[in-house]
Amino acid sequence: MADKGGLRTPLARARGLGPAKDGVAHWWAQRVTAVALVPLVIWFVASIVLLSNCSYERFTAWIGSPLPAVLTILLIVATFRHAQLGLQVVIEDYVHREGTKLAGIVLVKLGAFALGTAAVFSVLKISFGG
Amino acid sequence: MASDNRPLSPHLQIYKPQFTSVLSILHRITGVALALGTFLLVYWLMAAAAGPDRFAQAQGLIGSIIGRLLLFGWSFALFYHMLNGIRHLFWDAGKGFELKTAFLTGWLVVAGAVLFTLIAWIAAYSVMGGI
Ligand code: HEM
Repeated sequence: MADKGGLRTPLARARGLGPAKDGVAHWWAQRVTAVALVPLVIWFVASIVLLSNCSYERFTAWIGSPLPAVLTILLIVATFRHAQLGLQVVIEDYVHREGTKLAGIVLVKLGAFALGTAAVFSVLKISFGG
Repeated sequence: MASDNRPLSPHLQIYKPQFTSVLSILHRITGVALALGTFLLVYWLMAAAAGPDRFAQAQGLIGSIIGRLLLFGWSFALFYHMLNGIRHLFWDAGKGFELKTAFLTGWLVVAGAVLFTLIAWIAAYSVMGGI
């Protein structure tokens, strides 16, 4: 990563190193998912607002059609990847007992994976199975 | 000329970093709150996948007073985190570090989040045909 100095503290720079020494990849994945989330979130919120309190038929017809289904799945994948990476940094900052820290990080990873899978499965089921 | 060198009130010097550090901790708080909010999103999608009855149940829950309050808070958190996240990305690109700029973009983020939240809810209520 480019080091431009300024407000960034040595801690913030070193933080990327993390316990698994995969800091640069972690840092990049957090930024790439953040960039991807901007248009996806704006699109999703606008769509949901327009579908406020709509019927089951209208909602499933919408999310089951190809473009909304693909964009929603992209949103789900980016969201859970981004949230998992972010929560890991938060845990690394506040939890200092090694065992607890590792347990927290693993729990967040498994949780994000499980929730993401459930969400993607739901979209696919509506798309293919009705 | 002489007045240029007068010491400023310590208030200003203390206040500016304080404002930006509140924004910074808010980014973290909204990030964690949004992560918790994904439980609701997944529940909602799974309810839709389970069929009309479950979906109606979920819509009823989300449409309740508590559901709407949660959703309102969540929508503000999302807009705040998104806009402040964009601010973060500019910092990562080496732009906007000066205290004056950081202060101004901070206010833009707060004002933008309030504005986006209001627009989203006014639009939602007009789609639903009023309160
Ligand atoms: C909508 C577009 C979004 C953008 C542009 C964005 C941007 C960012 C950025 C740049 C960071 C790193 C901040 C830092 O270095 O301190 C971050 C952290 C984080 N984000 Fe997001 N984010 C978005 C959406 C989300 C969503 C939807 C969630 C949760 C489901 C989320 C959860 C988090 C968490 C938990 C962190 C860690 C906070 C911390 O380290 O203090 N973000 N976000």
